[in-house]
Amino acid sequence: MKQYDIVIIGGGPAGLAAAVSARDNGIERILILERDKELGGILNQCIHNGFGLHTFKEELTGPEYADRFAQQVYERNIEYKLNTMVMDISKEKVVTAMNKEDGLFEIQAKAVILAMGCRERSRGALNIPGYRPAGIYSAGTAQRLVNMEGFMPGREVVILGSGDIGLIMARRMTLEGAKVKVVAELMPYSGGLKRNIVQCLNDYDIPLKLSHTVVDIKGKERLESVTIAEVDGKGKPIPGTEEEYTCDTLLLSVGLIPENELSSSMGVQMNRITSGPVVNESLETNIDGVFACGNVLHVHDLVDFVSEEAKAAGKNAARYVQDMGLEDDGQTIMLNPENGVRYTVPSTVRPAHMEDTMTVRFRVGNVYKNHYISVYYDDERMMHRKRQILAPGEMEQVILKKEDLLKHPGMKTITIKLEEE
Amino acid sequence: METKELICINCPMGCPLTVTLENGVVTSVTGNTCKRGEIYAKKEVTSPTRIVTSTVKVEQGNTPMISVKTKEDIPKGKIFECVEALKDVVVKAPIHIGDVVLENVADTGVDIVATKEAKRI
Repeated sequence: MKQYDIVIIGGGPAGLAAAVSARDNGIERILILERDKELGGILNQCIHNGFGLHTFKEELTGPEYADRFAQQVYERNIEYKLNTMVMDISKEKVVTAMNKEDGLFEIQAKAVILAMGCRERSRGALNIPGYRPAGIYSAGTAQRLVNMEGFMPGREVVILGSGDIGLIMARRMTLEGAKVKVVAELMPYSGGLKRNIVQCLNDYDIPLKLSHTVVDIKGKERLESVTIAEVDGKGKPIPGTEEEYTCDTLLLSVGLIPENELSSSMGVQMNRITSGPVVNESLETNIDGVFACGNVLHVHDLVDFVSEEAKAAGKNAARYVQDMGLEDDGQTIMLNPENGVRYTVPSTVRPAHMEDTMTVRFRVGNVYKNHYISVYYDDERMMHRKRQILAPGEMEQVILKKEDLLKHPGMKTITIKLEEE
Repeated sequence: METKELICINCPMGCPLTVTLENGVVTSVTGNTCKRGEIYAKKEVTSPTRIVTSTVKVEQGNTPMISVKTKEDIPKGKIFECVEALKDVVVKAPIHIGDVVLENVADTGVDIVATKEAKRI
């Protein structure tokens, strides 16, 4: 069986940044396994600009951002295999994968970095009534067809969900000659960036209907029409508000779910809120030497944060390989999300293992105006920061300092919550 | 006197801005919570610009198409003309990121450049 120090599952932004960081921290034998025909992951289909403002201080398109990291992988001669599907990872870190050249093969890894990204929520997960004709795509599938394969999914389009991919596709389909009739959003607010609402919808006079959802789909072979209705406070359609839109295409932009089948089957403990692994300050899962980063861990808003997180995962995996058998000093502090804060990544922190500072990322569950983000060390409030606005579409963060944590040796819990004053 | 309504794009607040113009000159911006809103509003009502991204066909390449962008932002009113001009553009591989695919698109003085590599096969 071939042996590697670190095997990275996925060659998207997370996998690439993790690989570069692991190499820069002294690891020679690294292998990236990627199922697509090229490195870069979903960035390759995100041809719009706006990526990399934090990382490169300029606005790049998705393929350009991916290329910056791919070049770093090439320069370092880091090994990778394309068109390769990972089938299984065992608890002992034996990775089983397959491709056309090698057939089915096994690799023994000392450490594994999970960087598989996420998948789009599908129609099946929404229970939309009606027929099942051709012409219903997830927004990301349509994006790949238009931007990479050169196919137009349709001419008259309705979009359900106002996530950023849906908004971006509303503009893209319009520029390619389609008529986007309406974007319907179940929630009373959009999950997309304001910039995308203005520049993808308002610029092209595409209406956004908040608190609306699809209640019927017509057409037996090909989609013929979609019926949209307003919903009440509980998300139930209000009778009498139905409007029928003739269209040949329905795009769904209704959320992303981390892709964790491999993680679950190897016994990685999952977080119910993020649908990603539970990790500690080193981004390590409950299985020693198995790390996670990027959208497989939790869905990010900006790729810059994915790169940053993956860099940490790569460094921590390198450290694990270099001093296997590092003893725990016992103190583990739980991170407790409360009152509007839906989750935190990581979930636990061992002060002895953390760097000088650690970024805790989280999302809020609703739109909050003029609230404070508060951090409590057990019952003592240590941080209290006013924010004009907090929204579910934007990832938030607080930074914990190692020296502060070490001053509280008996601490059991750090609570992060929203407060009105 | 003329007024225009905008939504600020700088943060999730999305402040509703009202801009007052006199003979094409901005005389007041209201509704903004911070300075960024005022700067955005002035630019957006006098000379709104956008980076335009799209794709073009590739011949003899390892991919049927590559993504492209305007090298700088172009006037918002020129977006459709710009995409129209790209419709019939076919490039021959190899293409590197940054290669000019079309010069001076829609008379904007801005070039269209590749944002993706295409290898020759």
